[in-house]
Amino acid sequence: MKIREIVLPGDLLGERKGRKLGAGVYEENDKVFSKFLGIPRVSENELSVIPLSGTYLPRFGDRVIGIVESVELSGWFLDINSPYPAFLPLSEGVEEFVDLQRVDLTRFYDIGDVIFCKLSRVTKDKTVQASMRDFESRKLRNGVLIKVTPTKIPRIIGKEGSMITLIKNKTKCEIVTGQNGLIWIRGERKDKAIEAILTVEKESHTIGLTEKIEKMLGE
Amino acid sequence: MKRTSKELIVGGIRTDKRLPEQAREIKMKVGNIFSANGSAEVRFGRTVALASVHGPRPLFPRHLQESQTGILRVRYNMAPFSVVDRKPPGPDRRSIELSKVIRLALEPALFLEDYPKATVDGFIEIIQADGSTRVTGINALSLALASAGIPMRDLVAACSIGKVDGTLVVDLNGEEDNNSEADIPFAMMPNKNLVTLLQMDGILTKEELMKLLDMAKKMCKKIYEMQREALLEKYKGEE
Repeated sequence: MKIREIVLPGDLLGERKGRKLGAGVYEENDKVFSKFLGIPRVSENELSVIPLSGTYLPRFGDRVIGIVESVELSGWFLDINSPYPAFLPLSEGVEEFVDLQRVDLTRFYDIGDVIFCKLSRVTKDKTVQASMRDFESRKLRNGVLIKVTPTKIPRIIGKEGSMITLIKNKTKCEIVTGQNGLIWIRGERKDKAIEAILTVEKESHTIGLTEKIEKMLGE
Repeated sequence: MKRTSKELIVGGIRTDKRLPEQAREIKMKVGNIFSANGSAEVRFGRTVALASVHGPRPLFPRHLQESQTGILRVRYNMAPFSVVDRKPPGPDRRSIELSKVIRLALEPALFLEDYPKATVDGFIEIIQADGSTRVTGINALSLALASAGIPMRDLVAACSIGKVDGTLVVDLNGEEDNNSEADIPFAMMPNKNLVTLLQMDGILTKEELMKLLDMAKKMCKKIYEMQREALLEKYKGEE
């Protein structure tokens, strides 16, 4: 089986030569090194490394799956599978006017509810704000939630969604992927879908994976 | 272990049939603890260290949080059965000091500023002790940090050096450690050629020290190659 090239922390990726620095690299004396154990991406205008493991770091604009951790006076705290919780304010979470004197916020989202939302603000010291004002954002009912390595989400989605569309079509499941490494699945053949997703995660550094998954789900 | 009166180096050969500049058999394995974010096991002869990394994760109580950077916490612990005489369990002066020393040896290699307010927790368990436990622990924790996906400048490789029976040696075992004229734990970032740990106990001349440091650097580069192999092995194995 073919394996993509892997670099370790401290490995030299090359001279910078005015190129852009992507994620997972650092520069010393015009030389660029890897920060992670991962797959290097060296092109004419950018140098970056995709780590093979690690926790999720919130970034502005990411669509994530959160689990309601606590209900506050005017919003909710979400666990987004990261060292930092995200705050979902009432104004960003609910469309209608809510009279806080009369209404209990658990009416909208209660502890343990699963929400697909967008990160609308991330400050430098990692205070995170979430928002539901996005066309895809919603509460996810029923279904199962699985956890994968967050850095492998792009591989699970595939080029322009090729991999995830394949899994969705073959298993007829509803699948929502959060960029924080949580994946929500609902449908009859969810076991098959989970198996496929975990295979992609485990073998993300190998080549020719789409064919393998197609074969696996074809049976 | 008590001091022995027997000769430890006879005709240039050490008690475990090694040459002065030869290390014990070294074995490394990455990823054997399922619940941790990263883990590793390193063996230097009969010394066995198990390391695991949890995090980055939220840090409580809050007064420990640093708003500009994350922190690294290290716990070094020796199992009661790891030595010949039973070691009373729990932290003691020695293990608290070693925890700090190991933390200071690894901190320069990490980009903790990427994780403000959070913590990275490293645990080192010495399952079997036969000298050079702190450097074995550093090697193991460095592997565990890399496999946990913590951003690092470089891996950290470590080894011990010293003077036994008037001979300069690399990688002291328990017996040599207890009867040495001097011993030095040493850690470095091999790619950067930067030293992160240097402690010394005993008496050496300046020339001897400089010679020992050269030997240590050579040894660390060898250990670094083994660390690389161990990390890459984990991903080759998954077919």
